[in-house]
Amino acid sequence: MTTTEAAPPKEPKHREQRRESFLSVFLHNLWSANTVVVTILSIVLAMIIGGILMIVSDADVLKMFGYFTARPSDALNASWTLVSTAYGDMLKGSIVDPAAMSAWFDGTGSWQAAFFPISETLTYAAPLVFTGLSVAIAFRGGLFNIGGQGQAVIGCICSAVAGFSLGLPIVLNLIVALLAGLIGGAIWGFIPGFLKARTGAHEVIITIMLNYTAGLFLTWLILQSGVHDPQRSDAISKAVPESAQLPSFGGSLRVHLGIVLAVLVTAGIAWMLNRSAFGFELRAVGANPNAARTAGISVTKTYTLLMVVAGALAGLGGATQVLGTAYTLTPAVAGNIGFDGLLVALLGRNRPWGTLFAAILFGALRAGGNRMQSYSGISLELVSVLQALIVIFIAAPALVKTIFHLRAARSARLGASMAKGW
Amino acid sequence: MQALLGENGAGKSTLMNQLYGLLQPDEGHIVVDGEPRVFRSPRDAIAAGIGMVHQHFMLVPVFTVAENIALGAEKVRGGPLGVLDRRRARREVIEVSQRYGLPVDPDELVENLPVGVQQRVEIVKALTRDVDLLILDEPTAVLTPQETDELLSVMRGLAKTGKSIVFITHKLKEVKAIADRITVIRRGRTVSTASPDTPEDELAALMVGRDVSLEVVKTPAEPGREVLKIAGLVVDDDRGVRAVDGVDLVVRAREVLGIAGVQGNGQTELVEAMMGLRPVRAGSITVDNEPLIGMTTKEILHSSIGYIPEDRSHDGVIREFTVAENLVLDMYDRPPYGNAFRLDPAAINKAARERVRQFDIRTSSSEATVATLSGGNQQKVVVARELSRPLRLFVASQPTRGVDVGSIEFIHNRIVEERDSGTAVLVVSSELDEVVGLADRIAVMYRGRILATVSPDTPREEIGLLMAGITNGSGGSPPKPAAGDGVPGEGEQ
Repeated sequence: MTTTEAAPPKEPKHREQRRESFLSVFLHNLWSANTVVVTILSIVLAMIIGGILMIVSDADVLKMFGYFTARPSDALNASWTLVSTAYGDMLKGSIVDPAAMSAWFDGTGSWQAAFFPISETLTYAAPLVFTGLSVAIAFRGGLFNIGGQGQAVIGCICSAVAGFSLGLPIVLNLIVALLAGLIGGAIWGFIPGFLKARTGAHEVIITIMLNYTAGLFLTWLILQSGVHDPQRSDAISKAVPESAQLPSFGGSLRVHLGIVLAVLVTAGIAWMLNRSAFGFELRAVGANPNAARTAGISVTKTYTLLMVVAGALAGLGGATQVLGTAYTLTPAVAGNIGFDGLLVALLGRNRPWGTLFAAILFGALRAGGNRMQSYSGISLELVSVLQALIVIFIAAPALVKTIFHLRAARSARLGASMAKGW
Repeated sequence: MQALLGENGAGKSTLMNQLYGLLQPDEGHIVVDGEPRVFRSPRDAIAAGIGMVHQHFMLVPVFTVAENIALGAEKVRGGPLGVLDRRRARREVIEVSQRYGLPVDPDELVENLPVGVQQRVEIVKALTRDVDLLILDEPTAVLTPQETDELLSVMRGLAKTGKSIVFITHKLKEVKAIADRITVIRRGRTVSTASPDTPEDELAALMVGRDVSLEVVKTPAEPGREVLKIAGLVVDDDRGVRAVDGVDLVVRAREVLGIAGVQGNGQTELVEAMMGLRPVRAGSITVDNEPLIGMTTKEILHSSIGYIPEDRSHDGVIREFTVAENLVLDMYDRPPYGNAFRLDPAAINKAARERVRQFDIRTSSSEATVATLSGGNQQKVVVARELSRPLRLFVASQPTRGVDVGSIEFIHNRIVEERDSGTAVLVVSSELDEVVGLADRIAVMYRGRILATVSPDTPREEIGLLMAGITNGSGGSPPKPAAGDGVPGEGEQ
């Protein structure tokens, strides 16, 4: 057998290792390539490359590099100013803007302005938490749910339609609309799950196709009478009445109840994965379907149920999008939340709380990107580039380890779990 | 011919992987022909005349034999961007296989070859690289007894032509049969170098570090009621080919029925059909007169039937799961571990700590993943899981495959204890020694049928002939004698 390192150590030796000082263990762990460290370093690397891209795409700064040998300080100073202002803006746009904060303390500014950045971050993050969780739990069960986008679109449709057509009283209307989104997504997840379980059809293909189906259904549905806003000539639906909207602080603060719901659902999913019988089944099926089947777990049932839950989560993501921020259906109502969910799940290592934090990070990038675009004139596309770079580095842990000379240690699990998803 | 003997996880493969350049030594050095050498990769090792055949074959299944052998040392015609010289590769294969008496068909696809022949391809591949030292890592682990004999004679032939062979194993019989020198390794250290005349139990004691009994100690069986009854069972394999072709079996309480046979004669399918893992074409399976056919695997496992699957890492454990989780893999949704909705981690962990102690599972903690355990301890996890609930019927398929000597002894004793507590036990094994040691009756399976049911006192040669499908032995035993034939002490009912 080849797993010799794993041989049980002798008892006394084992105890000796325990006796190392806490600090040295901490430092050792910090510099060994565990997943958290790799994740953080991936973000740092992406930021560095993002900075280089900013410099390269800025004509004025590039000009200074033309006489770099004569006066290197010009080019370096200009580069530093450019990159630091841009990232400074990103921070101010996503977490806190010191100017607005002090203005609030002085009484010259409003508290809304002070909390605006964080509100934007959480607004963008809320739907991503749901779609991220959708992808993450499917992954844990060995399925690759590419269909988050379609499920979210169906969630948007069901929530919006239920919201503006049922005319239920307040509170109830919101609950029904949310449930409609959840059920819509669940049905959209059930189809690939059932087909996989019954016929072995690959969930990747089916979910990709269902993404198109959902998107095209949305563009068709918006123009139908009863859905289309009669006041408008363009493709936009009626608005969801206030009774079905997720309550927010109002004014410029867009953050709504969706983020609270997202945290609760994250906690629920974390419980489900680790403490529920279904979570045990899905993790078993995800890790080794043969052993799961031999132990009496129904693999087909687990796949089907798992896709239903994953679809429901993505549907809920669509629901928060339409009931929390968009309020109307447009062809692009779901934006890219389904596909961003893939990245969020990857960044969060397919763990519920990790996914929550990853979604908030993506929300922050997006919110900060808006400010960066308007203040520093750097294209919002850079945010997409940053997101992509982070994911690339995370998907290639070996690369990060080589760059930072990390100890090759117990990470690299991700590679395996990724491969299993296919 | 040097044999490297040691338990699973003793460090044999790690040592050889360093020699082959797959791993780099932290300290110390490797000396080849009097010269210290550093191998950064297998390429260096091959250049120094060292070849290795891995336990898990490194072959591309959809390539032909010749292509596989050429892989990594492709001969090219017409410069660096030229075409592959397939003809030359083919010729080379034929030449080497003739020179060393290792017949392989260069044009056959590797996926179509039986395991024994695939291994031969690996050996030919190493030989075409002109190696002087050949490392064979657990070469017999996947072979049938016949294939093993064949391999041993090939190895003898190679040694005669002047090649050095390092043979890694934990099987004592093979070592004694073939090695010129035996080095025993335990926990990463050389314990001793022995000669092949050393008695088996002494070698086993060296490997394990304490005395072990190779014989299964048990009292004669006192069979009780008929628990498992199988009649006219017909099962197909994955390709739709008939694998079990009319099997009748009876297993009584308080007895061990062993099924002997060369692998691939329908044993796997028989057991899988019993456990609800494979559809049944015809026939009946009953336990205490309740039909099993139509029940789900979960229902079968929950009706006091225990099952050890033959392929531990494939079907038995989930390597990513903790020991505790693996110990409840088929009972997680039953009290006290949980219910259909939620688990009770406290109960699961408490039970796990108990099992780890009872079954002597060597692990750093019950929270460690099973992947960190040695093969024998992984198997103990499976055994502990299945034997920790009251059973009517216990089905153990290859219960000690790839398990070290110390654990084999332990598992065998547990199986006998289970029998003595009143359970009907069915043991399927391709190791004849195991079947003979454990069973109170032996059913020999050949091509999907039970050829005969004999007593374990039957001479080995006779059982061996039955395993090869030859029934007209000394006694002229009929092809299908009634179940229960030749049971010692079969008195009642």
